[in-house]
Amino acid sequence: MFSGTAVDKLSSAGDTLHSAGKNDSGWIMHHITDSRVLDFQPFGEIHIPQFPVVFGVDITPTKHVVYMWLASVLIILIFGFVAGKYKKTLIPTGIVNFFEVIIVFIRDEIARPTLGHNYAKFLPYLLTVFFFILFGNFLGLLPYSATFTSNIAVTATLATFTFIITQLGGIRSNGLIGYMKGLVPHGIPSWMLVIMIPVEILGLFTRPFALAIRLFANMIAGHTVILALIGLIFFMQTIFVAFISIPFTLFVYMLEILVALIQAYIFTMLSSLFIGMAVHQEH
Amino acid sequence: MDLAWLAAGLGAGLTVIGGAYGIGKLASSAMEASGRQPEAAGPIRTSMIIAAALIEGMSFFGLVVCILLALKA
Repeated sequence: MFSGTAVDKLSSAGDTLHSAGKNDSGWIMHHITDSRVLDFQPFGEIHIPQFPVVFGVDITPTKHVVYMWLASVLIILIFGFVAGKYKKTLIPTGIVNFFEVIIVFIRDEIARPTLGHNYAKFLPYLLTVFFFILFGNFLGLLPYSATFTSNIAVTATLATFTFIITQLGGIRSNGLIGYMKGLVPHGIPSWMLVIMIPVEILGLFTRPFALAIRLFANMIAGHTVILALIGLIFFMQTIFVAFISIPFTLFVYMLEILVALIQAYIFTMLSSLFIGMAVHQEH
Repeated sequence: MDLAWLAAGLGAGLTVIGGAYGIGKLASSAMEASGRQPEAAGPIRTSMIIAAALIEGMSFFGLVVCILLALKA
């Protein structure tokens, strides 16, 4: 989940459980964490070939990287097509209509209320991050695929992008000194500044951290619950558990679809909120 | 006798209690507000979903700590 060696440590945790006589639950971790093998059991598996080591970093793609590429290609193809259709006529038809609804929703409900008049500068980033997370979450719900948003490295990178854009946008709008001074609310007694300055600076960093953890934990928890409910059938080793387990799993699966949409929306909404708070610093 | 597993189990239970209590209070006040003013039900529902996702994000902090504990043991 956190690195290649961590994957080995997690699977060895499952081995320890097995050797201690308890049931082996390492397979749950195997389905959730990253690996170098795309498995389509029982049809076989694809081992990703080893890439060279660049500047001391092994850049071999893993399962999550392959699915990120797939999501990126899907986004480029779909939105390239949508944008091409807009060149011909402004009246949307078919699939363009569907994506226009979502894009207008993001522009009018997320970007405009929080960013004010210069929402157009940040709208491309918000749209990109929304659709990247949405496609990632939905791809994870298909059989045999992996959720790359359940990888803390991916969500931390997205949160870092939000952090960088927030700071750059705030500094560009208010100047470096103006942005620093605008962090604390004005009109407070000066003895409170001793507390407010560390709190506000800490708040700058905890917000992207919370963004990353929220998306990561939501995705991991959903998939873990589904896998655990199905695994209950094998743990109890009777088929009659399936009559209870499968409907619960179906319910959680429907909930996962809702959570995929909501988490993409929440990430985009909070990113836009933080950018708006940095750019328009009226407390 | 490994206390980390006990800690993970207790922690997960307490985290769920805290998150569910918070979201329950949120939902009850949203229902009450929708009952008082049915035409504002749409915006109230949107704000409720956002606040519920944020509270859930908090409870996931605790969940991640519990998972780390359970895997360390």
